[in-house]
Amino acid sequence: MESGVGIQHFMILSTLMFFIGVYGFLTRKNLITILLSVELILNSVNINFVAFNKFLYPENLGGHFFAMFVIAVAATEVSVAIAIIISLYRKLKMIDVENVNEMKY
Amino acid sequence: MTIEQLLLMRHEIMLLIAAVIILIIELSAGKDNKSLMIPAAVIIFSLVTFIGFLPIETGKLFGGSYNTSDMIILMKNSLNIGVLIVIIQSAGWLKHSFENFDNSGGYFFIIISSVIGMDFMISAGDFLMFYIGLELATIPIAALAAVEKMKRRSSEAGIKLILSAALSSGILLFGISILYATNGSLFFSSLSSDNLNSSLQILAFIFVFTGVAFKISLVPFHLWTADVYEGAPVNISSFLSSISKASAVFILIILLFTVFNSLVSVWNTVLYYTAVITMTIGNLFAIRQQNMKRFLAFSSIAQAGFIPLGIIGGTQFGISAVIYFLLIYIFSNLGAFGVVSAISNATGKENMDDYNGLYRTNPKLSLVMMLSLFSLAGIPPVAGFFGKFFLFTAAAVQGYYILVFIAVVNATISLYYYLLVVKAMFINKSDSPIEFINNDNYTKAGLLICAIGIIIIGFAGIIFEFIESASTGI
Repeated sequence: MESGVGIQHFMILSTLMFFIGVYGFLTRKNLITILLSVELILNSVNINFVAFNKFLYPENLGGHFFAMFVIAVAATEVSVAIAIIISLYRKLKMIDVENVNEMKY
Repeated sequence: MTIEQLLLMRHEIMLLIAAVIILIIELSAGKDNKSLMIPAAVIIFSLVTFIGFLPIETGKLFGGSYNTSDMIILMKNSLNIGVLIVIIQSAGWLKHSFENFDNSGGYFFIIISSVIGMDFMISAGDFLMFYIGLELATIPIAALAAVEKMKRRSSEAGIKLILSAALSSGILLFGISILYATNGSLFFSSLSSDNLNSSLQILAFIFVFTGVAFKISLVPFHLWTADVYEGAPVNISSFLSSISKASAVFILIILLFTVFNSLVSVWNTVLYYTAVITMTIGNLFAIRQQNMKRFLAFSSIAQAGFIPLGIIGGTQFGISAVIYFLLIYIFSNLGAFGVVSAISNATGKENMDDYNGLYRTNPKLSLVMMLSLFSLAGIPPVAGFFGKFFLFTAAAVQGYYILVFIAVVNATISLYYYLLVVKAMFINKSDSPIEFINNDNYTKAGLLICAIGIIIIGFAGIIFEFIESASTGI
């Protein structure tokens, strides 16, 4: 690479974000933080799509469109999740996953 | 685009019209006529199901983003039948609780919009349509799982479902992005004509398979299943365990046979091991369950383990065996969940011990339950036997004898815990059995359809022939 940022930088960034997201999803205790981790995963996918489109296939726009749709769908997903979290909060007065344990095994 | 071309999407358009009509009826009925909603929804959805069976052209739309074939239409019709049964069965639950009854219009609207998502997902010709359909199928159901606002378990089920669905779709999307990097196209047709065999593409396949396996609840990805089924309202659990699972299996078949058809040796190995683990773990966990909903959840995981047997060879016969198995599975699972729902609505009891002596007080309910469980276990006179038999045949023809042997052993183990419930109902004595339940006509009709389906589908050979004739040309 003679100049600036190349595709491998984007791939390293997106892979890191993906696995930070998965790690956060599995270890965090707060439901909102878990949602943030999911957002990290989805945004790493967006970076992937846009970078691949820009560097590998600049002649079409498939990746850009996909990234836009992912953003929109992620917003709907989060809105439903937040609504459910609020209804949980009204009963528990707390949003830690350790309290969401009425059903096990 | 002419109107004839647009009518290729008839299933989705009909469902959309039905959803809008239900909303309009709900608005115009006002507060006093809420009882109108249930018969209206049942009639409208019966019409939609019936119109779905009328002959229809097949073809492609939107440059190949949307396509239909005889097999895809057959899949959509079998989903429609299942949803009709779910809608009929949920009448009892909606009437049971005043709060739900007030929102019954919204309930039907959300269920139908989820079915629209499934139909678009099955018809998808590229990954964008597939992803949108998948999310449209999943998100509304998470909202429905949390619909009982007064119950903590319901919210708990909702949050578990939406979080695991979000994680799985994130993993799926990462796989799709890798596929896009290697090929530059998102269309199934151009991906399948390209010879996928690099290790990056195999990685992409693993990611995509993981995402879909979450929806089917194959074993390493099944952890959400039991909790969600237990906490959600019974009818939503039955919807998730039969309709949602069937649609995910359908799209898995389509993906494997189109996009990943050059990776046959890879996905055969993956399916082999997931099938073995899924059957075994599902069965072993089902044995120790006391709550009926959890029990049926693990039994549905174990049932999902049999499905890869039909896909694994990659034959047309295998695909028709899977579709046939799923059709029977929808009827038998909805029958079992229907009985659990009827008893839970009337008495609030969901444990296996509560079912002791059920035959003395509620002989008809126990008979339907027995038929459904026998069909799930695969005992000869009922349809479930034929479903499993064709699946095992499809795998045996391909030479997977050890896999078939493991599957037969697991079918025998499953017989044990299904018979535990039958024993509780028919043989065990109880000092305080469940009182006689006077079910309303909707519950009776829903259970009757399931019972008839379980018996008829096994004996009417024409149904399997029809499925086999339709399941060519993915």
